[in-house]
Amino acid sequence: MSTTLFDKVWDSHVIRKINDGPDVLFIDRHLIHEVTSPVAFLGLKSRNNTVLYPNRTFATADHNTPTINQHLPVQDPLSVNQLKALEQNAAEYGIVHWGLGHQKNGIVHVIGPENGITLPGATIVCGDSHTSTHGAFGAVAFGIGTSEVEMVLSSQCIMQPKPKKMRINVNGKLGFGVTPKDVALFMISKLSASGATGYFVEYAGDVFKNMSMEGRMTVCNLSIEMGARGGIIAPDEKTFNYVEGRLFAPKGEDWNKAMNYWETLKTDEDAVFDKEINFLASDIEPMITYGTNPGMGTSISNYIPKAESVEGGVASYRKSLEYMGFNEGDKMIGKKVDFVFLGSCTNGRIEDFRAFASIVKGRKKADHITAWLVPGSHVVEAQIKEEGILDIITAAGFELREPGCSACLAMNDDKVPTGKLAVSTSNRNFEGRQGPGSRTMLASPLVAAATAVTGFLTDPRTLLINS
Amino acid sequence: MAYDKFEILKSTAVPLPIENVDTDQIIPARFLKATERVGFGDNLFRDWRYNSDNTPKVDFVFNNPIYKGKILVGGKNFGSGSSREHAVWAVYDYGFRCVVSSFFADIFRGNCLNIGVLPVQVSAEFLDKIFAAIKANPNTEIEINLPKQTITLLESCEQESFEINSYKKENMLNGYDDIDYLTKMNSEIQEFAEARPF
Repeated sequence: MSTTLFDKVWDSHVIRKINDGPDVLFIDRHLIHEVTSPVAFLGLKSRNNTVLYPNRTFATADHNTPTINQHLPVQDPLSVNQLKALEQNAAEYGIVHWGLGHQKNGIVHVIGPENGITLPGATIVCGDSHTSTHGAFGAVAFGIGTSEVEMVLSSQCIMQPKPKKMRINVNGKLGFGVTPKDVALFMISKLSASGATGYFVEYAGDVFKNMSMEGRMTVCNLSIEMGARGGIIAPDEKTFNYVEGRLFAPKGEDWNKAMNYWETLKTDEDAVFDKEINFLASDIEPMITYGTNPGMGTSISNYIPKAESVEGGVASYRKSLEYMGFNEGDKMIGKKVDFVFLGSCTNGRIEDFRAFASIVKGRKKADHITAWLVPGSHVVEAQIKEEGILDIITAAGFELREPGCSACLAMNDDKVPTGKLAVSTSNRNFEGRQGPGSRTMLASPLVAAATAVTGFLTDPRTLLINS
Repeated sequence: MAYDKFEILKSTAVPLPIENVDTDQIIPARFLKATERVGFGDNLFRDWRYNSDNTPKVDFVFNNPIYKGKILVGGKNFGSGSSREHAVWAVYDYGFRCVVSSFFADIFRGNCLNIGVLPVQVSAEFLDKIFAAIKANPNTEIEINLPKQTITLLESCEQESFEINSYKKENMLNGYDDIDYLTKMNSEIQEFAEARPF
């Protein structure tokens, strides 16, 4: 029978199927961080359970860590408690732990791929919804709750009903200045923030084939923002080249065996999806969000749609615009911006910093802009330095911070103040996401860079043409 | 037993007719710093409930004593966004045992079932009826009958059935959770793990 890539990976991990219930799914690799794991370890202890396979779990601190002066003690006592709990739990159960200051520390979804924890054909979970990122490698990867973190610790399994399957094909060639982030925001704007709920999405077509691994990670990362449990892209030469030689990737004969398996990981030609959607690359422009969920996005050159023209409730739509301080029919370009954030598990990789530098090179940061440039990991940070990107951004008046989730979620010191408007390369524009009362517009690193130098929401193509 | 058994719940309900309520609203990230599962109810809908000086926002439904009960009724796409189980802990800790909506985000729904909060998905039409009934009479009682898988507006006797798979239903009725189930599979799991290529 013809099957999809998703079926192949999922089905090969099912230990037991429960009639009118979930599948018992074996998890190859489990990532944990300081926020969603402490209660799971408490649960484990209270039931007198232990960690079944400590070598299949990997720990890093990222959500509430500061992004400056990481060599100094963390100020917030509550954050300290969580960081200590992670360290102690990892030590007690023999789990690899890359805490604050460790050279391998970074955002959980950045360090997984960097260290070969993320592999094609694997099942990967983490108590974080953006675990979908790892689907870029042909893995079935998704976010879980803390109860499930405890399940994985104690049994290396979770119990999940198998999601339905959707394929989104984007064919053609992306236009100038259009990045993977724009492709993702475009798809979310077309499907809405709940349009893929209940589905696991395979991304296929020219655009994803031609995309770098970093770009694929950005796209898969944002799958959850249209409600999908995860996204997946068939592994290819690019994937294998990326994985080979990394710390936890198979070596020698194991590598050859793994490759034999990985080369089978593609959707059969006549496999059927529950839903299939096609887009044209040429319809995608640099994107911006104007509301308080990631589905409220449009081409940057557009005007904010009228409530009557959008699907869903008019009252919720208007409440959202009211929060943003925007009006129906507003032009997006030219809005005065206060903060720019480059980073997060969505856009905190080397390619994102290269893109940002390509625009700010030879220009200056606008005086009224506060900019936070936060690499996803120390590895990314080192690469930024090696490639001379640090010199470019420094000359343009920007500073590079230390790795972490930073201003993506207002759990650490990097918070956007009440009422301030931010252009952010992160993944969520929810009310207060970047700090109580903060207002977020999601965009690509190119849009962030263009806005950072002009001080106003700017179409990056105007600056790219000039330079 | 991992949590309280759930059979039949009769209660008034708190209406929240807003779409796309995300888990950052249910519990903002800055309140996720506890290392124990206690006290999350105080910060449920924190930024909708309180001003920045911690005074209650009088126009928010939670601050209106007319509306109370063990059932929370939300708009379409309830619980979207972050996977934080803290959102459901907050819902539970505040005193809710059931959330009703016309559409739930996947992870939120799963998290609910894992800690014993029943997510009841109804049609958009029935959801409107519930909101209208509560608007007309805030003391409207709703019955959630898990064995029969029905939700009933007791005043008008309007009823709809809801879906839940039989495995999760059994769990909710008995207060079991998945860990209870998985613990019994230990040898099967180990056998499977040994055959994994990586």
